[in-house]
Amino acid sequence: MRERDLIIVGGGPAGLSAAKIALESGLSVTLIERAHDLGGQLVKQTHKFFGSKSEYAKTRGIDIAKILIADLEAYSSKLEIYQDTTVLAMYPDHVLTAIQGRNYMKWKAKAIIIATGASEKFLAFENNDIPGIYGAGAIQTLMNQYGIMPGSEVVMVGSGNIGLIVSYQLIQAGVKVKAVLEASDHIGGYLVHASKLVRLGVPIKTNTTVKRAYGTTKIERIDTVRLDPQWQEVEGSEESIDCDALCISVGLSPLHQLLSMSGCEMIYINELGGLVPKKNEQYETTMPRVFACGDVTGIEEASSAMVEGKLAGLMASYSLGYEHPQFETLKAETLHQLQNLRQGPCGIKIRQGLEKAGEAL
Amino acid sequence: MSEKDIIICRCEDVTLAELRECLEAGYTTFEEIKRILRIGMGPCQGQTCANLIQREIAKYLKQPTESIPTHKTRPLTSGVVLQDIAEAEDE
Ligand SMILES: Cc1cc2nc3c(=O)[nH]c(=O)nc-3n(C[C@H](O)[C@H](O)[C@H](O)COP(=O)(O)OP(=O)(O)OC[C@H]3O[C@@H](n4cnc5c(N)ncnc54)[C@H](O)[C@@H]3O)c2cc1C
Repeated sequence: MRERDLIIVGGGPAGLSAAKIALESGLSVTLIERAHDLGGQLVKQTHKFFGSKSEYAKTRGIDIAKILIADLEAYSSKLEIYQDTTVLAMYPDHVLTAIQGRNYMKWKAKAIIIATGASEKFLAFENNDIPGIYGAGAIQTLMNQYGIMPGSEVVMVGSGNIGLIVSYQLIQAGVKVKAVLEASDHIGGYLVHASKLVRLGVPIKTNTTVKRAYGTTKIERIDTVRLDPQWQEVEGSEESIDCDALCISVGLSPLHQLLSMSGCEMIYINELGGLVPKKNEQYETTMPRVFACGDVTGIEEASSAMVEGKLAGLMASYSLGYEHPQFETLKAETLHQLQNLRQGPCGIKIRQGLEKAGEAL
Repeated sequence: MSEKDIIICRCEDVTLAELRECLEAGYTTFEEIKRILRIGMGPCQGQTCANLIQREIAKYLKQPTESIPTHKTRPLTSGVVLQDIAEAEDE
């Protein structure tokens, strides 16, 4: 058993930001990341980010990742990073197990921060297992990380920011986006992203979803269907669209497993994407000295993931007797930033979700 | 609509038709259905299907999704070769 002060699971914006603050506080940090690269979702984001200026808005996602990673370099003597390493389990006595290749490892940590992010939601429709049906994240990974075209004619399901941005990235890569389907009666993402697509001639069809896919070894065509205000299919409204790839972008759900298996109290909240941990204002779960931050505590965005990471890093260090030199200022600042990020019409969902969880801002 | 062509759990190849049959037979909790159909017991451990199943149960019982008990999550999050655990060095 390897004994450690602080272990952070997940090297996305939340985990990286937490690591930096904990290192600044004087702690030794172990960071464990399943993927080969650090950066989480950021490594496949080629677009300039929205969000707040202090959290790198207008910088490309992939460049934000580089900044966050470079920020840790000064502390390399106190920072231990495991990449290509999947944390397999967390137990109530703060024991973590992980696998790197064929190497099985066991740790015990005084404090733990879970920053595992989220995974994509799936959709139920006929023949939804034909090759050529992807999640938006998979398409981004293929296209932006590995330079592989997912197809030549794509239909996107979902008009949230991810659906809109990935549609635009597909067009940039030379792929034809035949339509964006949206089940609800309005476009989910920011209008700036939607307008860009419409100007390029992509129809965005609201009250419409995918009903079935056709093809045997590869997708060839889909049928769409219109939905009435009660989300019931409108008879006779089916239309066909030829395509060789279908991209599903219908939301994310938190990767909660490590938290729920170890006995942290969990709660299911639609607005936050599914099962999330109960936590206090300091992002500590119901398990003492186990903190959580980023998308795993509720689907939001990179800006809030970074701020939450800072707060979790700050509080985890404090809980072990390491007070950051600017503890009070940073604590007040991060709480204030979170409040700001969640203001306005775009923050409604997250505010409602937090309220349901009993964590009003 | 052909519910037997709609995959709900990709890991264990479970269709919506099978899930509906289970519900009709009176098994209306995730844990019960898991024991019969193996939903959520494959490589992704329910991360992909849980939301869909949650919603189907809710629809069937005419209750809000959030009131449906979620399935129990157990170690491990990913498949591991037993030999690797057995041969692991304990530092
Ligand atoms: C297409 C798209 C566009 C976006 N655009 C914007 C934008 O413009 N502005 C904005 O603010 N946000 C944007 N976001 C959202 C933003 O990317 C996420 O909210 C943010 O990345 C969440 O950070 P995180 O650290 O919580 O999780 P992630 O970035 O998902 O990182 C989690 C990390 O944990 C690792 N991990 C998971 N499980 C384990 C395990 N068991 N063991 C070890 N490691 C594990 C994962 O491999 C991953 O690297 C966008 C997202 C997408 C998909």
